Amino acid sequence: MSSRTFHPMNGRGLRALSIATVAAIPIALALVFFYAPIEAEEGFLQKIFYLHVPLAIITLCGFVLGGLMAIMHLRTRDRSWDLRSYVAIHMSLIFGVGTLITGSIWARGSWGHWWVWSEPTLVSFLIIMLLYATYQPLRFAIEDPERQARYASVFAIVAGAFVPLNFLAVRLSTEYLHPRVLGSSSNLPAKMAFTFLVSLGAMSLLFATLCSYELTAKRTRMLLKARSRTLGFR
Amino acid sequence: MTLLATAIPGSSNNGYVAAAYIVFFAIVLIYVAIMALRLSRVERGLRELNERAGTPAMRDEVRQDGSGRDETHSQARERETV
Repeated sequence: MSSRTFHPMNGRGLRALSIATVAAIPIALALVFFYAPIEAEEGFLQKIFYLHVPLAIITLCGFVLGGLMAIMHLRTRDRSWDLRSYVAIHMSLIFGVGTLITGSIWARGSWGHWWVWSEPTLVSFLIIMLLYATYQPLRFAIEDPERQARYASVFAIVAGAFVPLNFLAVRLSTEYLHPRVLGSSSNLPAKMAFTFLVSLGAMSLLFATLCSYELTAKRTRMLLKARSRTLGFR
Repeated sequence: MTLLATAIPGSSNNGYVAAAYIVFFAIVLIYVAIMALRLSRVERGLRELNERAGTPAMRDEVRQDGSGRDETHSQARERETV
């Protein structure tokens, strides 16, 4: 393959994105452990918040992003949008598992329980995760590529619309134990807010980098298979 | 290490914080390891393809049936599923 032909392994901006991520994560960790003050009520346990909350936000945004990309796929019929939607949802599921685990660890330290079924934030997040857990079985149960992409896009749009509605419903509920991070009631001190924003930025970069790697790997595999077929190899 | 020691106060909750961050980095590490495995498989496939396409008999065969053209990226995408 000459240097002028398309080389998916290079991936557009992948190197810059990777370097930015590798730089941002240690900066965020340094701020979390050496800059942000220790919270008066929760103490050192509150440091989990800088990991758990950005993970949760990125997960939910990733699901919505998957839905928006699915809309683009249905509008343009360009399969690359379907691939992007799939990767965004796939990566959000991984980040979602991280959110559930880190949240449970925090709950155990703070409330003394791994899971509280009466807490709407926890249960609603679990419902979203279970909903998206059906995305991949649904997708791969359909063999025809066109139908697979179309049905997966419809699912991504409907489930993606459910995510903000679910978030709003939980916000509007009056009884909750789960601490509020964003909004007028959070009262986050400046140092904590800055650390939180840097952590959120680092997590976003990590999400974008991993999505980019996944997309590049998938495109390369497709190209390899197609070329094998063109040359008559199995 | 001294810096870290001053940053972490003595508390029974230290274990939970450490566990949360370790779990997160373990998930990322496992994912990167899976990606590396997949990449090595793709590289092996590419090497095999190059070797097979590079043999004189195969080159003649490809030239005779006229199918030596590469599929375009969009065509490849069109035919494949994720």
